[in-house]
Amino acid sequence: MKKDIIIAGVGGQGILSIASVLGYTAVKAGLELKQSEVHGMSQRGGDVQSHLRISDKEIYSDLIPQGLADLIVSVEPMESLRYLPWLCENGWLITNSIPFINTIKYPDIELLLNEINNFKNHILIDAEDIAKKSASARSANMVMLGATSPFLGLTNEQLEDGIAGIFGRKGEKIVQQNIDAFRAGKKFAEENVNKILITK
Amino acid sequence: MEKLHLLGDEAIAQGAIDGGISGIYAYPGTPSTEILEYVQHSKEAAKRNIHATWSANEKTAMEAALGMSYTGKRAMVCMKHVGLNVAADAFVNSAITGANGGLVVVVADDPSMHSSQNEQDSRFYGQFALTPIFEPSNQQEAYYMSYEGFDFSEKFGVPVLLRLTTRLAHSRSGVVRYEMKNQNEVKIPSNPTQFVLLPSIARKQYKTLLNKQNEFEEESENSKFNIYFDGQDNSLGIIACGIAFNYLLENFQGKCPYPVLKISQYPIPRKKIEKIINETQKILVLEDGYPIVENLLKGFLGKNLNITGRLDGTVPRDGELNPNIVAKAIGRPINTYFQVPDVVAGRPPSLCSGCPHIDSFNVLNEALKNYSKGRVFSDIGCYTLAALPPFNSVNSCVDMGASITMAKGAADAGLVPAIAVIGDSTFSHSGITGLLDCVNENSNVKVLILDNDTTGMTGGQDSPASGKIENICKGIGVDPEHVRIINPLKKFDDVNLKIYLEEFEYNGVSVIIPQRECIQTIGKNIKTKQTEVKK
Repeated sequence: MKKDIIIAGVGGQGILSIASVLGYTAVKAGLELKQSEVHGMSQRGGDVQSHLRISDKEIYSDLIPQGLADLIVSVEPMESLRYLPWLCENGWLITNSIPFINTIKYPDIELLLNEINNFKNHILIDAEDIAKKSASARSANMVMLGATSPFLGLTNEQLEDGIAGIFGRKGEKIVQQNIDAFRAGKKFAEENVNKILITK
Repeated sequence: MEKLHLLGDEAIAQGAIDGGISGIYAYPGTPSTEILEYVQHSKEAAKRNIHATWSANEKTAMEAALGMSYTGKRAMVCMKHVGLNVAADAFVNSAITGANGGLVVVVADDPSMHSSQNEQDSRFYGQFALTPIFEPSNQQEAYYMSYEGFDFSEKFGVPVLLRLTTRLAHSRSGVVRYEMKNQNEVKIPSNPTQFVLLPSIARKQYKTLLNKQNEFEEESENSKFNIYFDGQDNSLGIIACGIAFNYLLENFQGKCPYPVLKISQYPIPRKKIEKIINETQKILVLEDGYPIVENLLKGFLGKNLNITGRLDGTVPRDGELNPNIVAKAIGRPINTYFQVPDVVAGRPPSLCSGCPHIDSFNVLNEALKNYSKGRVFSDIGCYTLAALPPFNSVNSCVDMGASITMAKGAADAGLVPAIAVIGDSTFSHSGITGLLDCVNENSNVKVLILDNDTTGMTGGQDSPASGKIENICKGIGVDPEHVRIINPLKKFDDVNLKIYLEEFEYNGVSVIIPQRECIQTIGKNIKTKQTEVKK
């Protein structure tokens, strides 16, 4: 078992909450883990990414080589495309559709969504809307984790335990909100993955 | 024992706690900040009463750590690579005084300049100061080098340098802990003049340090961190330093066909180097930083030696390493299937929405409208981002504190008024002495101290001069009438503009202090309070 995952977003969007839950879950499952993070200047609204590597064998590099990532998970549509050279031939691009616009050079959102829609293995999800409807607007990152979950090789029980482990100190209500968001994201992905696979 | 899930920085911190430190000293700087932060948040460290408060700068941190070592207790000091420039006087001389209690100097370098103004390699400083250097290749080694580093330091009576780079500092992996050691008792040096570097004593001490060099090399030769791996294909031999070793193994999934010498402890192990040179036809040196080992091997006369690396372009001369750069250097294929679409735009970091600096710079730009351009000297901090659009406000960013002193030099040259823009934390780090220079000559310098009451760029650590900035300025002799406190909010733009313009008219030292808390720390403080209420 080996999963190389790039988690992408903009500094301040909290992508490390996704990385933390995945990392925590993998370690609990007895897997090897390397999780590279971006700290410092880019956290001020710049592009940020985390390289997350999970395996049942020894992992050497903290960074994923280009062409080897199984998944790109992005909480922002333009950021999802920035890391395409890292994705493997049959890799999946899973991204939130809502742009985070903090630069005057931000491209036309339609052009970005076209690029994503034309990419063969993709899941485009309005994580904020699903989060609002299923839990709380602040749980969009757990919707993204849910949308990624069918590809991870970790069970739902393991991942939900991971959410409880990471958010536990914030109280039962927050844990439940995040689990609800996770389940809603997972449901969306499962329905849409099937659609994509059937049309292919 | 259960594995902990730690950043390289955190592994070093845990290693130091378990290794029996009594204190850790540092000034925040990416990628080193998380070391001291981890100790601050550690319950075990609190229980053991380990000192873990931020220092005013890297030099004061280094000296405090040396003072703790003097008493016989174990101390760690941490900084980013450019911080070692600030601490260099203390660091280089600490090698000559030697250590009493174990002293580990941790320096996190930032090749590729993710959050820095250069990518200098701290191994040069270790070589220069004649100290042993440890360079971990993974989180477990980082833990262990920290844990054992204090014993090593005490065994040889010398501070040791622990050098890592950004990717290890900020990458998490499983780490196994060792048994916690007790802290040392106070035991001042048996030689009462060991730390007195008067020339006559320093000469002796320096000879002592020189005499230890052979032992350091012997230690490197037998170090469990410097390992020679045989390979069946002798057409190439690879010397991989620190984290470069991981990138190499990644490319072969652990089974490299060539002989490999992994180096994680310096001075370089001469016999092992000779072995790999004798047994292979060509050498490739992989280092995450400057070509230090490569240069040592090639030197001035080695032009025709078959040694490749950064100097001959096999590896790019600048920037950090990664698995792909290493793949290219050893001729392994890189398969990329997709390109970045043209529509993707860059996303440089920017000031946060609601940041007080935004209001400060808007008013500054307005106030400077009728002056010629190019007179704003800035410093190291979030506000340096005002060099970018939409502000295009600042004309320099060089090193901590340079805003005030560069503005002074420019004013001396006739560019008046010269403006300096510096943050509260940077001001306390290295701005105060420069302001004293200005006061002593009543230079026509306008100093804006953007006081957001935190060390913002590194994530909101305590600011050393919190609540004291105004009195510091007055205390070193700035005319109190020209120390102006303002509130940088849009609704006060007109009032603030008037104050800026009044001070620009004044021919002398002015200090304007826009005071408003960092928008990030406000958010964090609210969250902390909410969590406390829930508890």
